[in-house]
Formats: sequence, structure tokens, C-alpha cells
Amino acid sequence: MSGTTTVARKKTTGKTLLEPTSKETTEKYQAPKLEIPVTLERDHVEGPANAALTLVEYGDYQCPYCGAAYPEVKKVQKELGSELRFVFRNFPLTNMHEHAMNAAETAEAASAQGKFWLMHDFLYEHQATLGDPSVALGYAKRLGLDTQRFEREIAQHTYQKRIREDFMSGVRSGVNGTPTFYVNGVRHDGDAVAKALIQALNQTKK
Amino acid sequence: MRKLESKGAVRNRPRRLLKTKRIMKTEASVLGPGKAAPNFSLNSTPDQKVSLNDFRGQPVILAFYPADWSPVCTDQLSLYAMVMPEFKKFNAELLAISVDNIWSHLAFAKDRKLNFPVLADFEPKGSISKKYGAYKEKIGESARALFVIDHKGIIRWSHLSPDGINPGADGILSALENLNKPQPSENS
Repeated sequence: MSGTTTVARKKTTGKTLLEPTSKETTEKYQAPKLEIPVTLERDHVEGPANAALTLVEYGDYQCPYCGAAYPEVKKVQKELGSELRFVFRNFPLTNMHEHAMNAAETAEAASAQGKFWLMHDFLYEHQATLGDPSVALGYAKRLGLDTQRFEREIAQHTYQKRIREDFMSGVRSGVNGTPTFYVNGVRHDGDAVAKALIQALNQTKK
Repeated sequence: MRKLESKGAVRNRPRRLLKTKRIMKTEASVLGPGKAAPNFSLNSTPDQKVSLNDFRGQPVILAFYPADWSPVCTDQLSLYAMVMPEFKKFNAELLAISVDNIWSHLAFAKDRKLNFPVLADFEPKGSISKKYGAYKEKIGESARALFVIDHKGIIRWSHLSPDGINPGADGILSALENLNKPQPSENS
């Protein structure tokens, strides 16, 4: 029995300093919960509305850790298929990342024309170009968006209020950096990698 | 699967529970609500000191953290810098404290664009952290502990985070909200 414990401990340590390092603390520790429930009216939801599993990410388009987590989320979605719905909420760390707010506004402006997820993916796949708005604009053109409206809404900060609401909902839910994930409404304190996320999601089924 | 089974098994082992109890006891040493917050005077720059008593009459948030530059702290304090406008709605002041020296703090605060004082509990090392029960003797660092102190200098909320867990700002905001509610025991 002690053999299996050792195996488990080895698996959970050594990767990162960010996760709980002692089991003593995790046993009495309760992770914060998502304070604002997911709603189809407001949230960006990818996957079936009635999926059993919900993964919420609070993310920043300029954050390198979010960039690293982006393909991990794709892996999770591929693995869990229609069992999962994935929700993205904005958490731009504007004091650290000068392009984060503009990128969030870009995704929201695309969302207003029904192309949130395509733009969301594009931004994460082109993180290095976030300082150059013409790149996302070119993509908006290729997507067939009304680029006049798209540019105007970004320039007028039409969606900044919504983005700030996302941010504060994250703060109230215990978002402690980016990316922060919630697995069926509970903050995921483990690694932001597919394996750990899939394991956490599957555990909620038991 | 194997991991899950072992976790369950571990929880049921009496020896394990004993160990947990012992650790909880040592961890429960942070000053709790109702206690007077010990005053301190610590350097925020090489030639400026900040005292807790300077802020009497307004709420103060104390954020003890282990070290400048470690990734978790970076997230925590950067987040607080972003949430500062919300703290300010309660007229609250935030003071971050670790045992790092002032030159490290200055570079760290500049790099992370921190908009609140970062205080050096440097000499005698950790003496203020110890007074708050927020010091880890074995590793010689402050624990990751939060305190919300009211306008009279009384601790109204405290929180010790488990190792490696960044506490976020939700607990602080709830505590600040609760400050404005009538206190059941105002005789403290």
C-alpha cells in the first residue's frame, strides 16, 4: 500500500512548484468555487449545452502560460468529445500585458458577429503578433466579418465593460493568475496540462 | 486509477490522520479574528519606513508571502495590483511583506508594476511575520498568509494558504465587505 502512495507522490511532484506540495494541506483545503454560473446567454461555450462536464478557463490572450495551455485544452476537448463543454472568460492582466485588453476586445468584436471561437483560436495561435492589430483584422476579413463594424467596436471599447465583468467574476471566484481553470465549478489547482485536466474532469463523474 | 485507490487508502490510515492533526496545529498559529494587529515599522524603500499605525482609521490588508520572484507570488501580487481599485472602494490599504531585502523588493515591485508598498521583514529576519504567526522557521520565509485589519487595528479575517496555493483576492474582498456589517462582538 505504501508502494502505491509513493507512486502517487512521485507523479504529483517534480513538475511544478505551483501545485499543492503536501497532502496534509490538500486534505483540509477546499478550492474556491465558480461564483458566477455558466449561462448560455452570456458565456462563450464550445461543446454541447447539456454536457455532463464543464471546463471554464479564465484567460489572457497575451499570457504565455495561457498560450501554453491552449493546445492542452484542445487535447482535453478531443479526448472527452461531446461529454465536455468548454467555456472561456476574459481575465486580461493589463498591468503586465499591454495587448491583453485589445486582444480580448478583438475576440469579443468577432463574437458579436458569431465568430468568437475562430478568433479566440487565431489569437492564441498568433500570440506573437498581438501588438499588430492588422493581423487580426486580416483574419476578420478572411472570415467575412463586417470589418468596419469590427474595427469600430474595438476602437470604441464596446465590449470593455463585459470584459471587466468577466475579470471581476473571476476575482470573486478565486482566480489567482492566468490561466485559471474550473472543473465543474471548482478551481483546478493542479497543472494546466491535458492529463491533469482530464483526470480532474473524470473524477467528477465518480 | 491506481492513484485514486492509493489516495483513499491514505486517508483511512490512522497514522496519517495523526500527522495531519499535528500539522494543522502548527499551521493554526496565524493570528485570528478579534486579536489586535501587532504594530510594525518596516522599510518600504531604503530610507522610508511604513508603520501599521499610520493607517489607523482605515482597513488594511496584510499579504505575507514567501519570496520575491517565485512564480506563485508573482501571480498573487500582480493580481492584487490589478484588483487595487476594488480594494480602494473600501478605502483599504494593501501592504505586502516578505523577508527579502529592500533592493530585491524595489526591483520586484518595478518589474511587476506593483502599486502598493512591499515591505522588508529583513532585520531581524522575519520578526514581524513571527508576531503574526506567519513564519516558517524551517525554510526561513514568511508563510503565505493574509490578514484584513479594521479601522481600529483589530484583525477581522485571516487566512493561511496551503503550500503552493495562491489564494487569489476573493477572500479579501469578502472580508472587506464584512467589515461594513455590524460586528457581533464590538467589545474586543
